[in-house]
Amino acid sequence: MIATPTTPQSVLDRADSLRRDLGERVRDDIVSALYAQSSAIVDRAVKGRGDKNWDFDQRIDRVVTSRMFGLPIMLVILSAIFYLTILGANVPSAMLADLLFSFEAVAAGWFDSLGAPWWLTGFIWHGVYRGLAWVISVMLPPMAIFFPIFTMLEDLGYLPRVAFNMDWLFRKAGAHGKQSLTMAMGFGCNAAGVIATRIIDSPRERLIAILTNNFVPCNGRYPTLIMLAVIFVGGAVPPAFASIAAAGAVVSIVLLGVVFTLLVSWALSRSVLKGEASAFTLELPPYRRPSVLRIIYTSLIDRTLFVLWRACLTAAPAGAVIWIMANVQWGTQSLAQHAVAAFEPLGWVLGLDGVIILAYIIAIPANEIVVPTMMMVYLSSSVMIEPTSYDDIRRILVDEHGWTMLTAVSLMLFSLLHSPCATTILTIWKETRSARWTTIGALMPLAIGLAVCFVVATVWRLLA
Amino acid sequence: MSNPSGHDCDTCPAHAQQLAQMGVSMGTMDHLVALAGNPNTGKSSIFNALTGLNQHVGNWTGKTVTRAEGAYSYAGKRYKLVDLPGTYSLLSASQDEEVARNFLLFGRPDCTVVVVDATALERNLNLAMQVLEITDKVVICVNLMDEAKRKGLTVDVRSISRDLGVPAVPTVARTKEGMPQLVQTVADVVSGAVVTKPFRPAPPDNVREAVEELVPLIEEVAPGLPNARWVAMRLLDGDHRVRQALLSGELAEVEASQTAPIEEQGSLVSLQGSQ
Repeated sequence: MIATPTTPQSVLDRADSLRRDLGERVRDDIVSALYAQSSAIVDRAVKGRGDKNWDFDQRIDRVVTSRMFGLPIMLVILSAIFYLTILGANVPSAMLADLLFSFEAVAAGWFDSLGAPWWLTGFIWHGVYRGLAWVISVMLPPMAIFFPIFTMLEDLGYLPRVAFNMDWLFRKAGAHGKQSLTMAMGFGCNAAGVIATRIIDSPRERLIAILTNNFVPCNGRYPTLIMLAVIFVGGAVPPAFASIAAAGAVVSIVLLGVVFTLLVSWALSRSVLKGEASAFTLELPPYRRPSVLRIIYTSLIDRTLFVLWRACLTAAPAGAVIWIMANVQWGTQSLAQHAVAAFEPLGWVLGLDGVIILAYIIAIPANEIVVPTMMMVYLSSSVMIEPTSYDDIRRILVDEHGWTMLTAVSLMLFSLLHSPCATTILTIWKETRSARWTTIGALMPLAIGLAVCFVVATVWRLLA
Repeated sequence: MSNPSGHDCDTCPAHAQQLAQMGVSMGTMDHLVALAGNPNTGKSSIFNALTGLNQHVGNWTGKTVTRAEGAYSYAGKRYKLVDLPGTYSLLSASQDEEVARNFLLFGRPDCTVVVVDATALERNLNLAMQVLEITDKVVICVNLMDEAKRKGLTVDVRSISRDLGVPAVPTVARTKEGMPQLVQTVADVVSGAVVTKPFRPAPPDNVREAVEELVPLIEEVAPGLPNARWVAMRLLDGDHRVRQALLSGELAEVEASQTAPIEEQGSLVSLQGSQ
């Protein structure tokens, strides 16, 4: 040995030269040695192989992950979840709205009788409180039904089967099969979906998964989709089929989101993020009986209330902004009227209107509050008392503000395809540490949404 | 039945008084305990059972990609419990595996509980042996014993313990069966009442010579490093992060930080916050 002092660098150099001599197989050799050892330990420790349950699990898996039935079964389950949500949320939504809005009138009455100035009463009760009331009555019932059911599937072990069923699709798109898992997380919350991409080891495929996560609607967007589907799609068919038609519409939007996820993944892996899909192993865990009480607890406390609280935090200031805009006059019109007029042409081109565009801009921090925001802008110029049922909302939108089926379809499309909420954008930044990818992640879905809405509105008008 | 959980140990005053779930209350902790394991082994259930927290439990890979932290106290000592992401190995470069690996390497837990699935031991022990290469203070928690039984498997936990040279405890996390034994065993390993002799199999023949040459060199530049052999194998596999840690002196510093307060050790691996 040469008598030079050993430094970290010299150790590395020596390791590198040894590594070159050993060749590529070091890891394989180490891993197979580990497997041989653990296999020997297990042989000594475990007796008996009467795997009846295992057989049963496998028999179920053979059906739910089969080429022929796998995807149809997924579709049926998804539709059933939305059907139950829509069916169950209708009545409680109306009751909540009734309760919360009647309290607004009562409380405003108290303020008036105490001699509070009109602007204080208006700001607090017709602004901040009304924003909160809208968010709670539109969002709480569907979430309280949807989350426990979704969590139940998660606990049962169905989600890995979904990944298994969709693996080949993602592979064809040049993306990682595990992206279907991160996409499934996105159904809960896009920010969580973006964090979940850490399970993807290839940086290229991980980036694709991050950039496309926003194409599946998160739980904050379901209430919007559900409300529009119930009012316009459900309202257009005989009442007996209303819930089924509405569920069908929501499922179609979700499927469209999956199609966009795959298309954009494909486009990215053929252009800026070129590469082949890498192989991976996915374990199909045994089915487990979900613990129902725990599910109800976690899905209500951790998810429903968490999402609702977040929505309330943004809805309160949004309500305040709307009230101010509707009540501050500039010339002969309020600020809100000016803004709506300015956005009207853009809205028209997209099949929407100026109010919806304004609502999207006010609701940038959390776009799940778009519908409540939009309703508040409409109502600020409405003579009608507070709406309490879907029928009332329908009357306001169609009779007073000229909504058509095109408006509803365009808004459903736009709520699927637009820039992610502020939390998700922040998460993309944290995960990628790249201003460039964060910008692309924020603007690409918006650009696609604008393009899709424009095409749909133009074609619709040409055909009509 | 008078005892709803059905386990006498839970109501036995000796245990019931000693184990206190502390949720997320942190403050100064006496010991740092890491929870490692494959995905889908009930790691989060163990975490919840010990800390009284309600980490959502899902049985599929990718659920916990960040670490969760909680605390419990037992027999007068306060333990900080860190739930690492579930991984199949500590070799590859995906982020979740790196989080788990770095914490074991640089966070220096006083004890690492490796949760293994009694129904799929072969794959699970693989990870356990990798953990044993990095740290010797390990307790194997053989979870899902009820499912193994349901599948007609008899698991001899003592045999596993003998083979691996560390204690092994059978548990059913869902019903909290075996939790008192688990916290007691962790306490024993931390205090040194139980001395572990982790099984570290000889490297495969073709690698052995190279490992034997590197180990003394590594120990020279990072004195006191307890896992020079593992570091050598990682270097021979071209592990980027380990190279970097050796070069920057991080591995050597780990030794020095062992006496530092736990709060600081935890922040050595500063990771993206909670979900």
